[in-house]
Formats: sequence, structure tokens, C-alpha cells
Amino acid sequence: MSSIKIRSKREGGKTQIRALISHPMETGRSRDPKTNQLIPAHHIQELIVSHNGKVVANGQLGASISKDPYFAFVLKGGEPGDKIRIEWSDNLGNTDSEEHEIK
Amino acid sequence: MTATRRSFIKKTLTAGAGALASTLGWLTSLKALAAWQAENFKQGPLDDALKRLFNDQKITDSQAIAIRIPTIAENGAVVPITVSSTLPDVRAVSILVAKNPAPLAARFELSPELDTFVSARLKMAETSEVIAVAETGSGLYAARQVVKVTIGGCGG
Amino acid sequence: MAFLARALPEKRARKRAPTASPLLSVLPLLLVPLALYASPPQDQQHFRDHYRRLFPQLKLQDYANGVYAIDPVARESWLAIEEFPPYEDAIEGGKKRFDTPFPQTGRHYGDCFPNRGIGIAQRYPRWENGEVVTLAQALNDCRASNREKPLNPEKGEITQLLAYMTYTSRGKAIEITIPDDPRALAAYEQGKDFYYGRRGQLNFACATCHVQNAGKRIRSEILSASLGHTGNWPTYRLKWGEMGTLHRRFRECLTQIKAEAPPAQSPILRNLEYFLSYMSNGVPITGPSTRK
Repeated sequence: MSSIKIRSKREGGKTQIRALISHPMETGRSRDPKTNQLIPAHHIQELIVSHNGKVVANGQLGASISKDPYFAFVLKGGEPGDKIRIEWSDNLGNTDSEEHEIK
Repeated sequence: MTATRRSFIKKTLTAGAGALASTLGWLTSLKALAAWQAENFKQGPLDDALKRLFNDQKITDSQAIAIRIPTIAENGAVVPITVSSTLPDVRAVSILVAKNPAPLAARFELSPELDTFVSARLKMAETSEVIAVAETGSGLYAARQVVKVTIGGCGG
Repeated sequence: MAFLARALPEKRARKRAPTASPLLSVLPLLLVPLALYASPPQDQQHFRDHYRRLFPQLKLQDYANGVYAIDPVARESWLAIEEFPPYEDAIEGGKKRFDTPFPQTGRHYGDCFPNRGIGIAQRYPRWENGEVVTLAQALNDCRASNREKPLNPEKGEITQLLAYMTYTSRGKAIEITIPDDPRALAAYEQGKDFYYGRRGQLNFACATCHVQNAGKRIRSEILSASLGHTGNWPTYRLKWGEMGTLHRRFRECLTQIKAEAPPAQSPILRNLEYFLSYMSNGVPITGPSTRK
């Protein structure tokens, strides 16, 4: 199951794109309550949003973004059938991506 | 994994080279990207973070940048923010939390296909100014908002 | 006890007939013993009247959103998060688990519930087989009858099942019944006594914050009313960074006032939930939800 959920809503000639991603976004400064060990930093570093194959947003993220991050963007235009793709990569080398079709 | 990341960068560059014009100049390799990230997400004071991002370029406060964020955070771990702007020719939006150990929360390069609009959820360590900087063709503009982060009354 | 005194119209009595004042000043004292034996519907009426006086602008259904009905700044934050709420995964995960047959028996959760578990959450807790059965308890009972181990009643998998079942009841009014059975009434009363009893190092009762001081601040936070407290569970609490159940919150709150926290789904906490849910009859289910 993908870690990325994407929603879109067309309104007034624009399309709002929303994404909710499951990711711990650990800063590397928190401690495990049971072991008192520092939990290593584990957070998304790059987020790429594409519209019909073309990159429209490129985000560089740090650990100051909340756990289970949410992002929203507004596309000028956007037609039913258009493809939105969101992909992320984190500091440990993990990646994920998800596609969504605008309705 | 590395291969996929490299392909992300490639995609950004080839697809983006025309569409995206960033004032930062160019991440031509994975190493450069990693170095950029290590530099800009470093811990340290706000001024250092701004200097690393923008050198000594002047940042002008602008009413044309709107920050929608609660003035009192319910919980510092999840503070919803929306930055939008009517300024023309915005290439990127950066969000910084002044008092966070590493002030830069995110930098979004936005193509002209997108409105200058980005929502995210921030972690805030303590009461702090939140700054949104828009990089435009004619310079850097910013807006600020103080957000109070308190200890919950019930003990957490 | 303080709550009961407050619920009585002693102030009004003082204003009315100065000549009859000696009698009227004694009247509240006479009414106190009567109030102690008030029936659940009377308790419910007093409860609602109290909050109606505190928050005249609120309708019964507004209480479903807890403190967000009375704290505009917090409400804004909450609405922003509701744009894409963090509990959606739990609903999806819950539906999957709900529809997966038990490995040992091949049966489903739906077999243990009326209407196959759909749209019934608003009627829990229920008086069943001589005890108060909460939805969480019913899920674990279902697991037991299918030879599965019980789930942790505070977090994890159970929150997904609860999220799904509650989601199918969203918008329905809480509808708790106390049958004409002295044991059911006794369980309700035990829950009620717990709610109004002072406890712990801080010597607070639940009522101290959520009845007497609802709407006021404790440090920087505004205290929510108990009316409607049970319909928004399970919740993604920003503080937890994950889903949790009502009993998890009960225990956390008890720990915060430095009182002993009985185990989740213990009889006393189930009875407390029974009392509180009954008080909230009529308030729509909004679970699963996000809270700070």
C-alpha cells in the first residue's frame, strides 16, 4: 500500500492538489521512551509533484515538517484525466510514489 | 534506491530546466543535492539559515504574501500553514521557523503552472516567528507571523 | 457534590421573594438529597441545563466537536487539519480488518454485531449479559469467540476497527439506553460517582474541569465540556502522533491529575463511559476525529 494519498478538486479554473503521506519524519533529536536511545533522523528530504509527466513542484524538506506530512498545491487549470504524480525520497534512501487522476 | 533518487534529480533538471528558473543555480549531481541539503537544513540561528539560502540578498517585507497559520498552536508538533502570494514571477517559497534548531522547514520550487500557494504542517519547538520567503525574478520578499507554542494546561 | 449545588436554582431563589427568603434559603438544602436520587433522565437534563447556561450560543450538536465549538483559534487549526485528516488511514485499515475472516473460524467481525456492525456504534456502550459492554469490549469479545487474542484497548489495531465502525455511524445521534434493571442503573451510578468524585494528588474530579470550569482556561488551554465527550472517538491525537481510544484518554487524564488510572476497559472505566455516553445522548457521532 502506498504511503501517499492524493486528492484533487477542480474549482474556478484551478485544481487544488492535496497529499497526505505516512512518514515518521523523525528529527533525530527524540528519544525512544522505552530505551532512552536517540531515535535516528528519518525524514523526507525531497518531494516532487508532476502534472502529466512534467515536474511542477520540487520541495526540499527538513525535519521541521510534521510527522505524516500534508501538502497542498494549486494547479492553474487541470482537466479530468490529467495525471498527478507525487514522489518522495528520504534521508535513509527510501522512496515512494503515487499517481492520481484528476476527475 | 540511489538510482531512483538520481533519476528524480534528472527528471527535475530535464523537465524543469526550462520551466523552473531558480535563483539558487544548479544541482547538477546527487552529491550537490546532498550538500545543499546538509548546508541549508543545518542547525543554527535564523540569520545563518537565511544567509546560507540567500547569501546577503536583501529581503523586503511584503503585504502581497499571506501566511495563514494559527496564532496559538494547539500542539507544536503539527502546526498547519498555508503560504500564498499575489506577487508576480515567484519561483520558490521557503518556510522558516525562527526558533527551531534548524530553522529551514522547507523550500518549494514552484513552476509557473502552479499558483503561488503551498500548504504544509510544521513542527515548532517553541513560540517563534514563522517566515515565508518568496524568491521572485525581481528579488526576495517575505512575510512573518509569530505563533505561540505553549505547554498544554493539563500537563501535555 | 459541588456540581449538584450548582445545578440548583439557589441564585434565582434569592432574587425572588425577600419575605420568603428564610424558607427559600433552606430549600436548596432540602433539594440536595432529592438530587442525589435523581434518575438518569433527570441527571441528563441537569447536565444539559448547566451547559446551556454556560454556553447559551451552542446547540446540542455543536458539542460533538468539543473544544472546537468554543475556542475559535483552536477551531481554525483543527479545520485546517480536517482538510486531509490523519485518521483516514485508520478507517481504511479498519475496513480491511473488519472484512477479513478470522483465521481459526473463518467467520467475520460482522457476525458478532447487530446489522453486521454497520451504523451501530452510537448505541454503545450497551448493557449486555450483566455488564456494560463498550464497542472496544465487544470487538475483543468477538475475537475471543473466534479464538483470537484480545487487542490492546488503547492503541494500535483496535483503533482502526473502531475508526471504521464509528465512521459508519457518523452523524447519528448518540443513543444509549439504560434498561429497567437495577444492575444497569447501579453501573450507571458507579460511573457517575467516579465522574464527580475527587481523586489524586490534585484532588480534582472530572467535573472540576469539565463541568464547573468548562470554557475557562487551565494555563493556556480552554477546557472542553463533558457533554459530547464520547462521540468523537477514536481520535488521532496530535500529541500522540497516532490514533487512540477513549480509555486511553481517560487514563492519560487521570495520570495528569496524578490519580490512579484503572486499566483500559476495566469495569469502572466502562461504567464511566456508560454514564458519559448517556449524558451525551442526542449529540451526533463525529468519530473518528482529530484532536490536539
